[in-house]
Amino acid sequence: MRRRIPIIITFVVGTALILAMFIPHTPFSSLDENLSVYFDIIAVFAFILGGGNLLRVHLVRIQRKKVDWPYSFVTIIGFLFMLIIGFFKIGGPPGLTGDFLAEGSWFRFMFEAVFNPLQATMFSLLAFFVASAAYRAFRAKTKEATILLISAFIILVGRTPIGHYFTFWLPKQLEFLHIPTLANWIMGWPNTAGQRAIMIGIALGVIATSLRIILGIERPYLGAEK
Amino acid sequence: MLHMERACPHLGRASLFCVVVILVVSVGFLSTAPAQEETFEISLAGAQTPAPPGVPEVHDTPYDAGGSIIVSWTLSADDGGGKNHVSGYDILRSTRIDGDYQVVSSVTKGVDRYVDTSAQDGTSYYYRIRALAGEFFIDSSPSKAVISSQQWYNVERSNLLVIAAILSFFIIFYITRAKKGKKLFIRRIAGLEAVDEAVGRATEMGKSILYVPGIQDLDDVQTVAGITILGSLAKTIAKYDTKLDVPVSRSMVLAAARETVKQSYLSAGRPDAYSDDIVHYVTDEQFGYVAFLDGTMVRNKPAACFYLGSFFAESLILAETGNSIGAIQVAGTAQPAQLPFFVAACDYTLIGEELFAASAYLSKEPRALGSLKGADAGKVLASLAIGFGVLFETLRVLTGSQAMAKVSDFIIRLFSLRF
Amino acid sequence: MSVVEKLGNVDRRIIFLLIALAVIIPLVFNISFMEHPTPIVQVIFDKIESLPEGSKILLPFDYGPSTAPELEPMATAVTRHCCKKNHKMYIMALWPTGQAQALRVIENVIEGEFPDKVYGTDYVHLGYKAGGYGLINTILADLKKMYTTDAPGTHIDEIPMMSDIQNLRDFAFICNFSAGFPGLKEWVQFAGDPGDIPVAGGTTAVSAPLLYPYYPRQMLGMMGGLKGAAEYEASLVHQYPEYEQVYQRAIAIMGPQAIAHLVIIIFIIIGNITFFIEKKRQKKVG
Repeated sequence: MRRRIPIIITFVVGTALILAMFIPHTPFSSLDENLSVYFDIIAVFAFILGGGNLLRVHLVRIQRKKVDWPYSFVTIIGFLFMLIIGFFKIGGPPGLTGDFLAEGSWFRFMFEAVFNPLQATMFSLLAFFVASAAYRAFRAKTKEATILLISAFIILVGRTPIGHYFTFWLPKQLEFLHIPTLANWIMGWPNTAGQRAIMIGIALGVIATSLRIILGIERPYLGAEK
Repeated sequence: MLHMERACPHLGRASLFCVVVILVVSVGFLSTAPAQEETFEISLAGAQTPAPPGVPEVHDTPYDAGGSIIVSWTLSADDGGGKNHVSGYDILRSTRIDGDYQVVSSVTKGVDRYVDTSAQDGTSYYYRIRALAGEFFIDSSPSKAVISSQQWYNVERSNLLVIAAILSFFIIFYITRAKKGKKLFIRRIAGLEAVDEAVGRATEMGKSILYVPGIQDLDDVQTVAGITILGSLAKTIAKYDTKLDVPVSRSMVLAAARETVKQSYLSAGRPDAYSDDIVHYVTDEQFGYVAFLDGTMVRNKPAACFYLGSFFAESLILAETGNSIGAIQVAGTAQPAQLPFFVAACDYTLIGEELFAASAYLSKEPRALGSLKGADAGKVLASLAIGFGVLFETLRVLTGSQAMAKVSDFIIRLFSLRF
Repeated sequence: MSVVEKLGNVDRRIIFLLIALAVIIPLVFNISFMEHPTPIVQVIFDKIESLPEGSKILLPFDYGPSTAPELEPMATAVTRHCCKKNHKMYIMALWPTGQAQALRVIENVIEGEFPDKVYGTDYVHLGYKAGGYGLINTILADLKKMYTTDAPGTHIDEIPMMSDIQNLRDFAFICNFSAGFPGLKEWVQFAGDPGDIPVAGGTTAVSAPLLYPYYPRQMLGMMGGLKGAAEYEASLVHQYPEYEQVYQRAIAIMGPQAIAHLVIIIFIIIGNITFFIEKKRQKKVG
């Protein structure tokens, strides 16, 4: 019974949502939107679970003085600090219903002075990692790898202003060989074809997986099969 | 002037001059006043009421949840120009044809259509359109009665219903065949064959395995696929007694993943090896989560890293860091933009649908394998449709034939949201 | 280890260092290159340029701080162009972080460069609303159903420029700046296509390949990454030479990007040369 009820709920809700796509009559018309809102509400309450887990894991690390326990201390301080200044809107307009991002609020200051730069820093790691990954991966080991390599050159050059200077001198009849034109052609045609093929495969995979879940063949929400 | 001087000897010459001027001006004014009045009347006449808009055509919005009526009309002849410039229209509504019409909404000039979403189902409404030209306006004749209602079936999506039915039929057909014991061939997926190798390597080295189920929540089917694979993997890991680390970025994924791993350890007969700390929450924030994962990889140096789920910009950061520590990396995602990064930096990559096939592949469960065959049948159908579409479109361009154009357009409409 | 082997296995820290120098040096010495707009970007510029003065343009800001370096320059350039053409700008966000990003552009461009623009008459900030493509679906039919106030909290009926807006179809053009989901693809799928509204926009370079299938039928044009932003800025400077003196961020940053790309290409070439030399050597030994 403990396993059967969730499977029945999954089947009923899954089927109802599929039918809702074709039935405009209430309550089907707003089923998708309502269930999304219900999911968001549950997810918000689940934050308590996640936050509680975070605190517990790091408090245990501090208590048992495990490896790198000072970082757990920093984590907890940071977590509690942001929670308090955001919840109580410290520095901003008084009252719990005010905007936590209001001008002058501590949360806004932390968001702009700490969070934004940290996020931008992590994102900027990509620039370095792209270089090291390209250096390692773009080797002409096979015919396909060679085609990939040539395409990579054209795109790398064509997506910068320098691409124009390499081939701007070409006569009009050979304009199609102009590097930015070639780069746009690669993006617009072979790349698009490949993306579309992958997207079609993914869509079919999603349909198959969704049907497996609705029919109860796959039950990740119940844990693994015994 | 001399005559006046003789007639009015008591007035000085200057005063007399002023009087004459005043008289002349008055006569002039009187003689022209009718002309000015005439001009004024012409101005008033010029600012006449504008030409009326056409009688509004009304009908219930088709295939909707009710409460909506489409009102369309022919624009006034003075719309946006003409002698009496119409600057906009008011849409008026009443429940009786001769009743009190209320303004429901307003639109600007040039607009000849309005969707009234404030109607009540089952109530008869009549509409008039009021053309506005400054302080002047004119109403159209009333429309016929219209009642909004809900519909039970959206005919415009019949094409999608047919396609969904065909795909579902194939999937269920092959599932049924698999249940009956029919052997189904599934091609080898290198990334999944390497799972045992990765777990074995980690066990030999005495290091942990890092599993990342993506950064999206449980409502994303990729996360569901990731957790399902985690279940299979955890069973193998439990048997080998290798350390597993599953940091998650969503609280609900925490709950589901924890339950999955716990059941896997129980079914492998290793409940003693299970700990709640195997699956732990980090943060919802994308780059905060990535920073944690990078730190974990660099400090703990896991022997194997699995990235199976939905990823965005952090994919390359994870893969490169994993590469730098020498871990064996298996990635899988259905985000097409992230696939190139995983392919470049990881040892094995599950591309798109291979991620969804992984759970069936690893478990070898017949019904799950059957659904893979069904999806493949769908792919064959999609390929045929693309082939025919390309053929007819090419023929249309080459021959200019209307028949080809009709067939080509039909195929395009067949796969549109609105048939 | 021979030189060839060393060149074939360069320590990644050296690669990182050279990339850092490739970015820092052009920034310090203001090295930049002339941009030449491609048709996919020029069409967006031409659209805004050709719309009659006072046209209603919707500008959804769907990105966060991490992608602001790529998207803020194009958002700045487009907003500046709209202000120059005296179009009415309706600003909103589908991302929670988008609201703050929009505020930055409003402060820097509209309030900073066009102080004569009046809030509520020339531009309005509707703010963030949750719902993603569901929200787009709803406001396609009835915008005021979802937006009862603007971002600062003024009732929607008290804002003059909202009086003749019923739904998305009342906009002449939608120009979206997006870093992912929900974003430009959703605007095309749920607003542009069903509502027959011209939609274009800008996205990160990584997401751009996914959107090419929609160009040009369902999506008017697209600015892909910093290059797209630089091309738009170049179009703006070409049409309005007074902006040559104004700092064009994307054009300035394209200089370091171009040099960094060249460095990556050099590394790839070195890697392949060493690969082939090693292969030849092994064949000889074999």
